[in-house]
This record gives sequence, structure tokens and C-alpha cells, in this order.
Amino acid sequence: MAKNILKVKAKARGDKTKVKMMAKHIMESGQRKDKKTGELIPAKFLQELKVEHGGKVVFEASMGTAISKNPYIAFNFAGGAKGDELVMTWKENTGASATETAKIK
Amino acid sequence: MSMNRRTVVKAIAAGGALIGASVMMPRAAMAAWAESAFKADKQDAAMNALLGSSEAADSAEVTLKAPDIAENGAVVPVTVRTSMANVESISIFVENNPNPLVAEFMIPAGTDADVSTRLRMGKTSKVTAVVKADGKLFSAAKEVKVTIGGCGG
Repeated sequence: MAKNILKVKAKARGDKTKVKMMAKHIMESGQRKDKKTGELIPAKFLQELKVEHGGKVVFEASMGTAISKNPYIAFNFAGGAKGDELVMTWKENTGASATETAKIK
Repeated sequence: MSMNRRTVVKAIAAGGALIGASVMMPRAAMAAWAESAFKADKQDAAMNALLGSSEAADSAEVTLKAPDIAENGAVVPVTVRTSMANVESISIFVENNPNPLVAEFMIPAGTDADVSTRLRMGKTSKVTAVVKADGKLFSAAKEVKVTIGGCGG
């Protein structure tokens, strides 16, 4: 199992849950040049991120290379209680993908 | 002997097909990522590819929060919010980026149309947020000045 790249802070407040996510990822755009060789560094970035709560998709993002390094995304969804589990699935343009979980606080 | 050889060949072919299928699987799953839209180098083309139209009505109900001046183009915090009902997706475009489409966020029912993220800007540009609600497109735009570009280097 690869190391988790997502840091998730989810807080239930009233009938809503506020989710803040940060992924540790270089988000290489494919437009930067290697300073030593002058060659382009191949793109390596997160393309898709899906968040599920109780089997229901609550958020889905398609991202391009213009998302900053270490992407940050925040959103709210209705429902969710303390202790519930969020399931995050991400995919890289290289085809790599993983599923991570976090608990709502 | 010949039968034996045949079964071996068959087994290999079947194995090959299996490997092929397993390689194809993630590709098929990736189809959701709108490659043509993300690769487009003009905002109109990107909007057409992603949303089927490059026409979005300016709307006061769409709020785009972005800095007036971004000192560092590599990290520009942006928040898009709308009070509209039945929002399907929120997309963000940066006109002067090599690929204007930054990201598309799907908003399922129950999720607030209120998303914050951080994006890269190559140079001073208009940032446009496009909200798809009830099958129609609405937008809000803002000019963001960039002191240091976030692309290249």
C-alpha cells in the first residue's frame, strides 16, 4: 500500500459536513524544464478525485495541470456525522490510483 | 504433439487478451476525465469540449472570490460559490494559461455549490467561473494580476 497522500479535515457542524483536503502531490505540469538537461519534465498530476460518504458520491473533481502543487480543495455537503467515514479515490494522469479513508470529526 | 502446441498457443493468446484487458480497464475508467477539454489551448474550445457551449450568461448569483493581485502565480486561492439551485458542476478557467481549463467540480445533490481551491496562473489573466445549473451555463469573471508567473521555471 502506497503512502497516503491526502490530508483530510472533515468536521460535522449542524446538518452539514465541511471538508478540507490537501493532497501531497507535485502536480508537475509537463511544461517545466529540467534546469540541468534542458529537457521537459514529463507531466505528473492528479486528474480525478472522488469523495464518497456512506456509499454516495458527495464530491468529484476533474483537475488539470493548472491546479497548484499540493492541491487544496474545500467543500461542504449535507449530512455526515462525527465518526462517519469518508472514502477518497484519486487518479493520476500516469494511471496510478489509490483509495484512502478519513473520519469525520 | 500438434494438439499440444495448439493448446499452448491458445493459452498464450488468451493470456495476452487478459493482460490487454487489464491494461485497458483503467483507461476506460479514466474516460470521465475530459482530455480534449483539458488539452484545449483556447478557453472557448475548452468550454465547448467540456460543457457543450462557450456561451455562459453573466450572473450576479455566481460569486468568484479571487485576489486582485496574486504575488505568486503558483498559488492563487479561488473560491466559487452560488446560491442557485440544481447546480451540476462548477468549472474554473484561466484565459491566458496554456490550457485554460483548470478544473471541473461535480456537485451532486446535497453538496453545497461552494468550492475553494488553489490554482496556477502563468500571467495576468481573466479568471472565469462557470456554473452549470438546470442545464444552463452561468459565469462570473475577474481579472487577476500576477506578479510572478506560476508556469515554467
